Amino acid sequence: MSAFHSRLRRAWPLAAIAAIAAALAGAFAWTAGWVGGPRLTAQRFTDAIEAGNGKAYPGFRRAHAKGVCVTGRFTGSGDGAALTRAGMLAPGATTPVLGRLSIAGGDPHAPDATARVRSMALLLTGTDGQQWRMAMNNFPFFAVNTPQGFYDQAMASRPDPATGKPDPAKMAELLRKHPEIAKFQQWAKTAPWPDSWANTQFNSVNAFRFTDAAGNVRSVRWSMRPRLAFAAMEKSLREDAEADYLADDLRARLADGPLRWDLVLTVAEPGDAVDDPSQAWPSNRRQVVAGTLELDATQAQAGGACRDVNYDPTVLPDGIAPSDDPVLAARAGVYSQSYNRREREIARDQAPEATVQGDTR
Amino acid sequence: MNAPTHFNPLARTLHWTMAAMIVAMLFVGVAMVASISQREWLIALHRPLGIAILLLALLRLGNRLRHAPPPLPADLPRWQALAAHASHWLLYALMLAMPLLGWAMLSAGGFPVQMTPALQLPPIAPRDPLLYAGLRSAHGWLAYALFAIVLAHLSAALLHAWVRRDGVFPSMARGARRPATEETPLE
Repeated sequence: MSAFHSRLRRAWPLAAIAAIAAALAGAFAWTAGWVGGPRLTAQRFTDAIEAGNGKAYPGFRRAHAKGVCVTGRFTGSGDGAALTRAGMLAPGATTPVLGRLSIAGGDPHAPDATARVRSMALLLTGTDGQQWRMAMNNFPFFAVNTPQGFYDQAMASRPDPATGKPDPAKMAELLRKHPEIAKFQQWAKTAPWPDSWANTQFNSVNAFRFTDAAGNVRSVRWSMRPRLAFAAMEKSLREDAEADYLADDLRARLADGPLRWDLVLTVAEPGDAVDDPSQAWPSNRRQVVAGTLELDATQAQAGGACRDVNYDPTVLPDGIAPSDDPVLAARAGVYSQSYNRREREIARDQAPEATVQGDTR
Repeated sequence: MNAPTHFNPLARTLHWTMAAMIVAMLFVGVAMVASISQREWLIALHRPLGIAILLLALLRLGNRLRHAPPPLPADLPRWQALAAHASHWLLYALMLAMPLLGWAMLSAGGFPVQMTPALQLPPIAPRDPLLYAGLRSAHGWLAYALFAIVLAHLSAALLHAWVRRDGVFPSMARGARRPATEETPLE
């Protein structure tokens, strides 16, 4: 046999081995989202949010960057036990709460009172180590019904460098692609603004699957309904308010005693949009007051325990599970990215503002 | 006693079972970190699969320490023999370290280490954001290293099978042929 043939006979197996290794490496890179076109991954989603913030704020959450820590407890009324076997809703069960009240946006120094969207995040830790993490907002329904819509919204609302405002053409295109946003814009324009976190209702917005002791599964959304009466704040007052108005208001109120919210569970009926957070359910749905949240202390997030909590709304106790809502799944992925990025920045000492000690505001 | 020519049956079973599990695990890992739609079931699979790999790796290490593997061919270049031994012990180290890192990382981040919705493992590290950040980075980078070593290991195995044809691949792929008795005519 000629030397050429012998070399060829040896070359084929080598080529096959190289091809197998390359195929595996390629499949891995594709799975990781590194190759194969601009698929919407949790990384790209988080990058888009960061870009929308205009500049980096190391050590802070990529969204809802400005907030304060709160602590207290949740006490189950027992009425929620008919809907879920989760121990935190058993009658009289008291669960410690580490929470966070915040405003939307990526700027940790934004003026509080002019923030349209306000949020309450809670971490309930049961005696058995089970956790219920919630991330609730004051809007009654989500702006979009898909992660792509959320991403497109983040991209379209980035300020145009020329005007400092979002490009109206891009916003019009966004509305054409995701018409459900119109309903949210209407809410943002017309709903009265509360003058405090303490009299704001916070909503889970996404639906969850509740499983009772007998194994029955129901779709549920929940709200934290304030015990304090709603009080509106007019535009002129908001504009004149101090930058840290909400945090100052909260501290002043807590000095007079704890603040309370009732946990209201709303049960879906057949045909309700359980996987679409942009659609509210009819107002006559069955409601159950499952317990009371009591907050009695607040700390600045820079020195507070809530800074290092990822309020991933898919960390849930046995008896509560995520729905198939794609926006809920996307939130978990993006929150995780945001958490890993800011914790890394803090660990590398790149986040002096997020870690400042002794800031007791 | 003669040196064995093949890995024992338990070693071979564990090798191929864990090969499938570890490759699946690496793909599940990068998929769940990237995905915005499939994260929930991937993460619910990732954690118990990781603990299963940890338990099997301990069993496998015990078996390996009790049963010497077949020696490498005497004509194998020295650097290749060294690389083979080093990569095998690295693979063992990573099989054990990756699940422990993941478990410790979730503990340091304050996340429940959920096996099933009702069953969770206790934390094995204190709640500490700096520790979390370090463990999270280590878990990710060592996963890439593990994937690279798995690819090198696979390529080397196929080189033995298709190019050198020296008995290294069959020593893991199948059991030793029965000695001559099988071919002895019945009396």
